[in-house]
Amino acid sequence: MTATTTAPVAASAPSGTRQPSARLRAWVTRAPLLPALVFMIIVTQLPFVATLVISFFDWNALYPKARHFTGLDNYRQVLTDGTLRHSVWTTVLLTVAVVLASLVLGLLLALLLDRPFRGRGLVRTLLIAPFLVVPVAAALLWKHVLYNPEYGLFNGLLHYVGGPQPDWVSNTPLLAVEASLVWQWTPFMMLILLAGLQSRDPEQIEAARVDGAGNWQIFVHLTLPHLRRYLELGALLGSIYIVQNFDAVFTITSGGLGTANLPYTVYQSFYQAHENGLASAAGVLVVIGSIVIATFALRVVSSLFREEVSRA
Amino acid sequence: MSAAPSAVRRHGLGLLAWLAGIVFFLPIAWMALTSFHSEADAATNPPSFTAPLTLDGYREFFGTGGGASPWPALINSAVASVVSTLLVLLLALPAAYALSIRPVKKWTDVLFFFLSTKMLPAVAGLLPIYLFAKNAGLLDNIWLLVVLYTSMNLPIAVWMMQSFLAEVPVAVIEAARVDGARLPVILARVVAPIALPGIAATALICFIFSWNELLFARVLTGVVAETAPVFLTGFITSQGLFLAKVCAASLVISLPVLAAGFAAQDKLVQGLSLGAVK
Repeated sequence: MTATTTAPVAASAPSGTRQPSARLRAWVTRAPLLPALVFMIIVTQLPFVATLVISFFDWNALYPKARHFTGLDNYRQVLTDGTLRHSVWTTVLLTVAVVLASLVLGLLLALLLDRPFRGRGLVRTLLIAPFLVVPVAAALLWKHVLYNPEYGLFNGLLHYVGGPQPDWVSNTPLLAVEASLVWQWTPFMMLILLAGLQSRDPEQIEAARVDGAGNWQIFVHLTLPHLRRYLELGALLGSIYIVQNFDAVFTITSGGLGTANLPYTVYQSFYQAHENGLASAAGVLVVIGSIVIATFALRVVSSLFREEVSRA
Repeated sequence: MSAAPSAVRRHGLGLLAWLAGIVFFLPIAWMALTSFHSEADAATNPPSFTAPLTLDGYREFFGTGGGASPWPALINSAVASVVSTLLVLLLALPAAYALSIRPVKKWTDVLFFFLSTKMLPAVAGLLPIYLFAKNAGLLDNIWLLVVLYTSMNLPIAVWMMQSFLAEVPVAVIEAARVDGARLPVILARVVAPIALPGIAATALICFIFSWNELLFARVLTGVVAETAPVFLTGFITSQGLFLAKVCAASLVISLPVLAAGFAAQDKLVQGLSLGAVK
């Protein structure tokens, strides 16, 4: 890593002199970067600009001739329309609940896995497995195999203890979607937090122990502050991925029963209702929401990143 | 005195970890068991744990029972995932080289630009991409997905590979250059041996994300270019007795991801956290 911190200085030295050869050399250095950069700008940035433009038009794909500029009207409609406002709220609820629950569970599991015990590697593998099931398959598993009121595993197990036989998805639709996502995302949080736990300084902990600190004191005063950045990172990355969730909502409830989140609503409003302008306005709102999260995420990543660069 | 309770606690916590592992794995184990049951035994309440095993669910899934064959979807998914992963490597390797071994000026800014594109939600560009594909006659074309999956995974790959290539000591590269070794030789003899395990893990993680993707595939493909996750959405509404078939299908389609994920286990965190955690 020392190389990467010193090399830019060496590379920037010749560019001060405005010789054609220095310029040429700078372009030679840049050349390997250009294909990836150009590709990303074309495939990810241009469509977003197009979305922004479309969001200012009243445009239903079924009536292409009636397309006309409406300014901010789509935004007004998105923000005042009850179903769309509801989907904003659903997105927030879904994201916050899943991120918090999987973060807490992930922390507990990471703490359990941080200590040596027989078969630790195997338990780690078992715990990662839910994250490695294809998301649609995981959602199908929960919908049909676990939640089904007649033959699902949950009611089957309740049957043994003489418990009730609830219809999980109909009774608590949002919670049903959330539980399946928590099952998939807890391993992700666990892995990030486990990496955090294992990057603690063992000497510092040993020193605290020698000074007579108990396990709980060490956890509160040393481990948690050290983990703070990893918790933030897990929360932010989890938010970025879960705000965009489409698979679970689409599969378990098909957006019904009040579980339609913004990505599902955007999908539905242009794929089924052909309202291109409205869908774009909703899409832009999703982006504005993610930019807020992303700004914090980028800050955390860059502080961890700088720490890495300076540590080496 | 103090040794006995601490031993109990240690074993107790180990046991708790095992219990947690089993609880999290239980749905998958139950899915696997159900996939080997007959449809009648799969849909019972209380569950039939000891019902006789059969391959009927798998036969049904692979279409010998008269349903649609999953092979075209599996092949489409394989093409989209493998080709996009190769494209990602082709674009990300030189980029990572220009961000680590011979870094451009302001290389951290470039790195963060890549990361920020990953934070733009996919739905934001979905409609223009759909309209473009429709007008260009690219709807239901697997190569469109290849391009989109490449853009989806490129930022992750650039971040991961940047950190792997940065581990190659520059002194060694300089020494090789002084000895008169040319760039291809340096890349093959010095850089590759150190960076190869990381590059392999990056490839596996890109493969997983492409294989899993649903939203783009659902919107942009139809009959011809349908991928495995889109095939699975055919099971969303229940159609009579089909539980064993659903389980077999989910398991078969998840197998490549499970295999790739376990193979890349150690580097998984790094990939998922976009290189922020090692």
